[in-house]
Amino acid sequence: MSLDPELINDCVHCGFCLPTCPTYALWGEEMDSPRGRIHLMKQHVEGTPMTPEMAGHFDACLGCMACVTACPSGVRYDRLIEQTRVEVERQHVREPRERAVRGLVFSLFPYPRRLRLLRPGMWLAERLAPFLGRANPSLGAMAALAPRVEHRQRLPRVVRARGERRAVVGMLTGCVQGEFFPQVNAATARVLSLEGCDVVIPRGQGCCGALSVHSGLDGQARRLASRTVRVFERAGVDTVVVNAAGCGSSMKEYAELLGREPGFRVMDLSEYLAELGPVAKRHPLPVTVAYHDACHLAHAQGVRSQPRELLGAIPELELREIPESAICCGSAGTYNLLQPQAARDLGDRKAKAVGTTGAELLVSANPGCTMQIAAAMRRGGAEIRVAHTAEVLDASLRGVSL
Amino acid sequence: MDTLIAALRSLLPHDSVITDPVRLRTYECDGLTYHRATPGVVVLPGTAEQVARVVRLCNDFGVPFVARGSGTGLSGGALPREDGVLIVTSRMRAILEVDLADRRAVVEPGVTNLAITEAVRDRGYYYAPDPSSQQICSIGGNVAENSGGAHCLKYGFTVNHVEACEIVTPDGDLVTLDRMDPGYDLLGAFIGSEGTLGIATKITVRLCRAPEAVTTVLAAFESIEQGGQAVSAIIGAGIVPAAIEMMDALAIEAAEAAVACSYPEGAGAVLIVELDGPAAEVERQFAQLEEICSAAFELRVAADPAERAAIWKGRKSAFAAVGRISPAYIVQDGVVPRTSLPAVLAAIDRLSAEHDIKVANVFHAGDGNLHPLVLFDDGDPGAGERAEVVSGAILDLCIEHGGSITGEHGVGVDKSRYMPKMFSADDLDTMQLVRCAFDPQGLANPGKVFPTPRLCGEVPGVRKGVHPLVESGKADQL
Repeated sequence: MSLDPELINDCVHCGFCLPTCPTYALWGEEMDSPRGRIHLMKQHVEGTPMTPEMAGHFDACLGCMACVTACPSGVRYDRLIEQTRVEVERQHVREPRERAVRGLVFSLFPYPRRLRLLRPGMWLAERLAPFLGRANPSLGAMAALAPRVEHRQRLPRVVRARGERRAVVGMLTGCVQGEFFPQVNAATARVLSLEGCDVVIPRGQGCCGALSVHSGLDGQARRLASRTVRVFERAGVDTVVVNAAGCGSSMKEYAELLGREPGFRVMDLSEYLAELGPVAKRHPLPVTVAYHDACHLAHAQGVRSQPRELLGAIPELELREIPESAICCGSAGTYNLLQPQAARDLGDRKAKAVGTTGAELLVSANPGCTMQIAAAMRRGGAEIRVAHTAEVLDASLRGVSL
Repeated sequence: MDTLIAALRSLLPHDSVITDPVRLRTYECDGLTYHRATPGVVVLPGTAEQVARVVRLCNDFGVPFVARGSGTGLSGGALPREDGVLIVTSRMRAILEVDLADRRAVVEPGVTNLAITEAVRDRGYYYAPDPSSQQICSIGGNVAENSGGAHCLKYGFTVNHVEACEIVTPDGDLVTLDRMDPGYDLLGAFIGSEGTLGIATKITVRLCRAPEAVTTVLAAFESIEQGGQAVSAIIGAGIVPAAIEMMDALAIEAAEAAVACSYPEGAGAVLIVELDGPAAEVERQFAQLEEICSAAFELRVAADPAERAAIWKGRKSAFAAVGRISPAYIVQDGVVPRTSLPAVLAAIDRLSAEHDIKVANVFHAGDGNLHPLVLFDDGDPGAGERAEVVSGAILDLCIEHGGSITGEHGVGVDKSRYMPKMFSADDLDTMQLVRCAFDPQGLANPGKVFPTPRLCGEVPGVRKGVHPLVESGKADQL
């Protein structure tokens, strides 16, 4: 995978991407805008070596894909930045400290079993954060963001449909989602089942490869993706439902990554539920909700209206829009670990925007986002409860409070 | 340059002075990519005072400077100088004051055009000029170019919506030009001066009350002639719509490919007509409009703001959307009297056929402001040159029909060579007198607007010797 000059030439330099770019919003510099980064790619393709400055501007990109939504010329910045990151990994020699942090992140997060070993110590993380932060900002950020983990719920291989069976779907449990947010997976399975789906949860699935794709680790990405494809093909499902935005967007592009179509289609939970149509009764949830568009759901998958419709259909639930909703919260997969300062600034900006809604509950399809925003709101002295779309639906369908 | 850079570093925060060659190159062009020059140094000042200090340094060192906002200009007005400083205002983006009682807002130059409207929209106000790039173009750039937009037909250009500007003069003074100042309209001279008379650092804009009613109509015609006749008929009936926009089949194809705007299929031309004002008036005008557009095979009326936005989306993304149907293109900007529209469009058609170069037409039909998009394949040898010829010939057509070489994109570097076709040498010399009154050293955006060298063998730069008007005793040199 090398940089495709054709894709670079699609950019006409109009600048329509600038206002939606989080790093341009922060720093107001051309080199940290999509248009500027494409210009850097062009320089590189035309023979300029990958300088540390150049690599720095590529690393600073969150990969939120807001620019892809904004671009009238249809520039595939998503593909361009992925190709570029591979190029950066190949050519740029990182500082030892940076290498160490990246090594830690990429040998830990995509591996559920390794994550599991962390669980017992996570209650300590928040207290350790300030000390770790002094040693290394990335470690500090990692500790500060660590969630309070709930009891691990082992999901059965198949969750049967309640009532009449309308469909059979596979479900991705993911790496971080499965280990740190088991309650979200449990809620997802229950909602699907209550809506009449047999939910197949094959053993042996792990990370889908998204984190590696987004960081230019080509080999690791392909390995993890192939395994995921194998597991679900063996399970014999024709649809795989995903509840984490970043995973869903990468899995939808497996064909490009692996060079062959997987034997199933990938859909986000909200996308799938909207297509399926509701049958289960919705119980009232009297709560004000600010819905946050996860970038990999809204920009990368174009799923915006479905989650709003699903939430809006819950009686007594009041949905509020967050200003500047197209701009990333700074979580962006591993970005908040690798670029802690920029992530923090973006988190503060988003927290302020969420604060203006006055909502009691922040809902999003990506746990990384909600963790990031909740942490930023705590820093600003405000508290907000957070939930995944699946958890809100689950509460309404079961008639329990959130 | 090195001593200047050292001086700049002592003046500005570390991250506000860019000297790394790879970074500098990302500033090599604005929205017009045809002309490129890597700036000597880029500075990103955060305050007006910093801009003034940078400009004073440029004066001390005799180094030219160029101002840039968001870099979306289409005439190369912000093309940097290799031997100069590029002053970028993209970090000066605070809305300093909103005063609804006086209907004005005070903003920094890096604030985007749309951000002003967004700040006051929920209180029922908006900022009227709306270039297609409004979500990103900066208000400072709008002032420099006297930018227009679709709604300028009824509401006027930037010059009609700016009440005052704090500017840094080319010699580094910080002064305020106010519409209310008695005497010469210096603010009027400054707006549209394309960065040659100084840099705006604080802009007081007028806010408009959102109209009571807005009706947006999309009329599809079989041919561009029918559309053109409808435009003349609308204006002839005494209706002044907020906007009348026209797109031809090729432009529609591009917009369709880019944003799937779902314009009526098979249209040779579409007109977007927006009526706004008191509800009763809009209703009456709409009835008239329906009658006038009887030749249209489909008349679509936006039922709600979402549908209105959908209609506009196709039009506003048209320039960049053309990237979907052509590897390269030139965005032209010219003006003709409305009544000449059919003749000029037919002539453009002939030019297009003659040179085997496709031309997509998007334009502000209401005020005769054409935006022909001259399409070519830059991989095809000679196509770029042919496109240049067509593009130039279109401007000749505009002049021939009593129009102008630019409606709203400015002269910049791209059209300076056409200035002598529109103006006599005396006209240009008189303009130079104005320029030199503001900028005696010739450091503010040199090489733009005016053709240089003016005469064969003349050294580019400020006029040497006595101006003819001075010589003949008609004017005094300051």
